Amino acid sequence: MSELISTAQSPWVDPHLHVWGWEIPVYLFLGGWTAGIMVLCGWALWKGQRDERPHATFSLASSGLFILAFAAISLGMLALFLDLEHKLFVWRLYVTFEPASPMSWGAWILILVYPVLLMGILLDPPLTLTNRVPQLVPLLKKLADNLTLRRITGLLAIGTGVALGIYTGILLSALGARPLWSSAILGPLFLFSGLSAAAAFAHWASPDQPEREYLAKIDNQFLASELAIVLLFLIGLTTSTEAHLQAAQLFLGGAYTAVFWVGVVGLGIVLPLIIQSLAVTHRVPHTPLAPVLVILGGLALRFVIVSAGQISHWSRL
Amino acid sequence: MARLGMVIDTVRCVGCMDCVVACKTENQTPEGMNRDWITYATRGRYPDLSLTIQSERCNHCDNPPCVHCCPTGASHVHDWGGMVQITREECIGCKACLASCPYDARYIHPDGYADKCTFCLHRVEKGEDPACVAVCPTHCMHFGDLDDPHSEVRKLLDSRRHHTVMPEAGTRPQIFFLE
Ligand code: SF4
Ligand code: SF4
Repeated sequence: MSELISTAQSPWVDPHLHVWGWEIPVYLFLGGWTAGIMVLCGWALWKGQRDERPHATFSLASSGLFILAFAAISLGMLALFLDLEHKLFVWRLYVTFEPASPMSWGAWILILVYPVLLMGILLDPPLTLTNRVPQLVPLLKKLADNLTLRRITGLLAIGTGVALGIYTGILLSALGARPLWSSAILGPLFLFSGLSAAAAFAHWASPDQPEREYLAKIDNQFLASELAIVLLFLIGLTTSTEAHLQAAQLFLGGAYTAVFWVGVVGLGIVLPLIIQSLAVTHRVPHTPLAPVLVILGGLALRFVIVSAGQISHWSRL
Repeated sequence: MARLGMVIDTVRCVGCMDCVVACKTENQTPEGMNRDWITYATRGRYPDLSLTIQSERCNHCDNPPCVHCCPTGASHVHDWGGMVQITREECIGCKACLASCPYDARYIHPDGYADKCTFCLHRVEKGEDPACVAVCPTHCMHFGDLDDPHSEVRKLLDSRRHHTVMPEAGTRPQIFFLE
């Protein structure tokens, strides 16, 4: 037998020692969703698409989604801020760059995200802006008519979107003490989860029927990729060291098995994939059910990974 | 370059927790938070059991994940002796370092910054031993420069079998336990 008794402080005994609560998963989800919107809308801009309606809409080539992404990432940063224990010192993030720290990369990526989102909004300014500041209209029209600018903005949005999406996963993989997280595959997993949640939302919100169909189709591809990445993630853990195997056991019979397979994989990926596959082949009508499941599944994925990761440990006996 | 570390004799340690109390007194750590602790590992099959008692704390790792992941540089390797330290005024309390330490050596101080064992930097700078080493009634703890071939810690490591805690985590701990 091997038995270890420790007098060390432990978050399982003293709740005040917990590391991360709801704030971080919410932040990671909103960051991933914003990343997905940036990639999708960036792609539309890169292709030179344009929504001819006189007001901003939720189509990919308009600015409604950029505006929502702006709000989402700001809410995410608020959640992140709420998690900080030394809030007044938050500016310390921006007086240094620590190349080994994904969190430092993230802080600077977030700074890049804002101007790109703003540019996306200005290319199709909402009426509230143009009505209030009509002097801006000629300039904004000139910007919107400039195809090169649209394409460059699109490219920038794709680039920063991918960086943001991957960073939300790499943030966790760099924390080597938690075997569940020590896999770079969390980067693509969170990116694809963000893409699928963004495509699901845009499919639901888009005013164009053909675009809705298109978004449902690519959402299916994102969901299928996400499923494959989840499986690779588990294969990677189960073929590694004992500590990683134990971490995988959290999902393979351990405490998180039901919520992971039923909530995240079943309801969040497989079921909406089936519904949307039937919908794009016109065997069932499109309903908001699948998009809602995808979005909640994306949120559940962050909660499960952040929470289970904090339990996973290197074992010392 | 000096490399400060600890060598602790598990054969002598009786688990009296004097080191834990000394640290709490010396560093005035808040209620419910400790920078060092004792582990009692029992192995074998009854009646052939063996007990290993260890006084543990931050390992001042040579490959410290807590330093690598810190976004502000608050967690850093001290310019003397390789000790891992935290600059309170630079810490934003993001807890990345807590999540990255395999030994759970860190906690968030009620004032908002990450905190942990400093090897009693304020004493070591004056040439004294850390408080835990100084009070140990069995003299099982030794502190010094691991790079100095004439130091007591180096001689002990060169002459006795020893281990570190969870070396497989890849952190290269600088606290060694004699067997
Ligand atoms: S024991 Fe933990 S806190 Fe101390 S240096 Fe190593 S990783 Fe950092
Ligand atoms: S809590 Fe403080 S010391 Fe730890 S990683 Fe964050 S800023 Fe650095």
